[in-house]
Amino acid sequence: MTQARTKYDQYRSDFQTFQKSIANGHTWANDVRATGLAAFDALGFPTATRGNEEWRFTAVGPIANKLFAYPFDAPEERIDKAQLKALLPLDDTWTTLVFVDGRFDAKLSSKPHRADGVTVANLGSSLDSDRDVIQKHLGHYVEADKNGFTAVNTAFLRDGALIMLPADATDLAPVHLVFVASRRSQPFVSYPRILLVAGRNSKASVVESYVALTDDAYFTDGIAEFVLQDGAHISHYRLMRESDQAFHISTTQVHQGKDSVFDSVSFARGASIARNQLHVALDAPGASCNLKGLYLTDGSQHIDNNINIDHFKPHTNSDIVFKGILAGKSRAVFSGGVIVHKDAQKAFAVQSDKNLLLSEGARVNTKPSLIIYADDVQCKHGATAGAVADEAVFYMRSRGLDLQTATRYLIQGFAREVIDTIKLDGFRDYLDTYFMESLPAYAFKGVSR
Amino acid sequence: MTSKNGAKQPILEVRNLHASVAGTETEILKGLDLTVNLGEVHAIMGPNGSGKSTLVSVIAGRPEFEVTSGEISYMGKDLTAMLPEERAREGIFLAFQYPMELPGVRPWQFLKAAVDAVRKHQGLPELSIRDFDQTYKAIVKEMGLDPELLKRSLNEGFSGGEKKRNEMVQLALLNPRLALLDETDSGLDIDALKTVAEGVNKRRSPERAILLVTHYQRLLNYITPDHVHVLVDGRIAMSGGADLAHQLEAKGYDWVKETAGSR
Repeated sequence: MTQARTKYDQYRSDFQTFQKSIANGHTWANDVRATGLAAFDALGFPTATRGNEEWRFTAVGPIANKLFAYPFDAPEERIDKAQLKALLPLDDTWTTLVFVDGRFDAKLSSKPHRADGVTVANLGSSLDSDRDVIQKHLGHYVEADKNGFTAVNTAFLRDGALIMLPADATDLAPVHLVFVASRRSQPFVSYPRILLVAGRNSKASVVESYVALTDDAYFTDGIAEFVLQDGAHISHYRLMRESDQAFHISTTQVHQGKDSVFDSVSFARGASIARNQLHVALDAPGASCNLKGLYLTDGSQHIDNNINIDHFKPHTNSDIVFKGILAGKSRAVFSGGVIVHKDAQKAFAVQSDKNLLLSEGARVNTKPSLIIYADDVQCKHGATAGAVADEAVFYMRSRGLDLQTATRYLIQGFAREVIDTIKLDGFRDYLDTYFMESLPAYAFKGVSR
Repeated sequence: MTSKNGAKQPILEVRNLHASVAGTETEILKGLDLTVNLGEVHAIMGPNGSGKSTLVSVIAGRPEFEVTSGEISYMGKDLTAMLPEERAREGIFLAFQYPMELPGVRPWQFLKAAVDAVRKHQGLPELSIRDFDQTYKAIVKEMGLDPELLKRSLNEGFSGGEKKRNEMVQLALLNPRLALLDETDSGLDIDALKTVAEGVNKRRSPERAILLVTHYQRLLNYITPDHVHVLVDGRIAMSGGADLAHQLEAKGYDWVKETAGSR
């Protein structure tokens, strides 16, 4: 362990500097940070190769062994909206908050929204004004003391997105949270943070986007906490479009009240190693979540979708549909599990993970798991992995479409089950186009006879 | 289409065709000869495993099979050198015995792309959206397919009969010169069978030839073929007129085997 400790020195020394840079900060926030650092000190990153079931298929050694500095200085290059527009669906009618390397950028963002009890603002500048809500919820759902990634994010708590919806607020413009990695001469780490508290019967769409203006290595270590009070309905969209060299670890924790609905569609591509952890606690009767995901890997990339659902109460629903398209020598992991607890009678849980392998070198480890303690439930799970079906390709060619077009239609069709569920038009159209652009050219040739 | 002197014009000429399952020694067609002229309807019958489906698959270019020797000539061109999509664009259509379900593939877009690919090859402009839409909807109605199904993915969740009707929709849209129907009658109830048969009869034309593969004589009660061939063990064992189908119905395939064997 002595050796393992030294590799985290960068994080520790950066933390000292970080503390000074926010001197005179809020005492309670400093306490939160100190707790995070203490947990990180105790945990480090989960690099153990033995007895580390949770990270069995995803080795994070490459993250632990590389030096990522905290970006104290402003970005080295000027960033303008046009650069973001080239990468993202930016809509003037949405409320957009932009964070560059983890820091809030007011110039690139819309005006923070504070009216009628609705808040869409930078967390870092709301620690006073919204202290009660923040203190009540921040860090109360994500387990900072059990995971080194969430611990170190918590230690460096600063900027982030704060979204608060009062009861019955339903006509809010979609909120777009953009996390940009800039081009820097040194590898750096950023700590995105999101806190959303949706009041009773409130309703909103939230898009989280992670994009890069660099092709180099950097590390994104994010936390999002979503609190849905009774009857709240959140449509959540997540876009991971990181550089091919990037490392991306995220933890999303959703806590749901009675009859609340959490709909989520995530799209992930890029990153050398990525793990998106999504944990939903269905903590009151009638709570339901629909989680869709599409991931695309190529080269030697690795994407792990780690999804855990806890059905704590009766009449709770979870529906998980993830789909992967794997090319090159890439690897995808679908891990985690659904637990139906003893009280969760009449629970309904479905999970599936389907993978399309475009090359012989691509691999997938998929193991949907289901643990049921209640006796009156409806649950099923399944996973598949296979190539584009030769017979389907021939069927389309026999109608006059060439091999490339036929393969394109089939891959697009495969993805559509996820993309078509996006209700936010601007995001769906964007993803429809971006998805096809992201497929490697060779996907349309020679993968089938 | 007959030439000026009234002679028949062959559209498909198969000579001593041998075909195997690709990459194996399993030979299925073992020296098959067949000539089909424009304007004719041929029925290919035969017991299970005789090679009926393989024959139409090979003509359509299914990569699962490999032509090991012999010739297939279509409109005077060597078919074996052409990709499946080239054959389709040249006017060959195969109605599948088991039409594929294509999740996420929208029927309208797919068929518009197919029709345009064929038209482009023939030097015709793409159909306008409105023209295609009108044609498509009229054909869907003719084939008795529920228009609601077109909002789904192609063939996904379709019943067996709906899939076969949808094959006929595609045949009608793509307007081929050589239509190959692979057991289109199997799994159809009597109403669907009649609709399919009417669809085929309506498309009999001096400009087109039709090859029906069928195990049973039932379909031929509704479509009267010009020629009937019986396939046994990868070869045509017997050919005749429409009445041959009735003889088969009465006497069974063993009769063909015995008769052919004693020749």
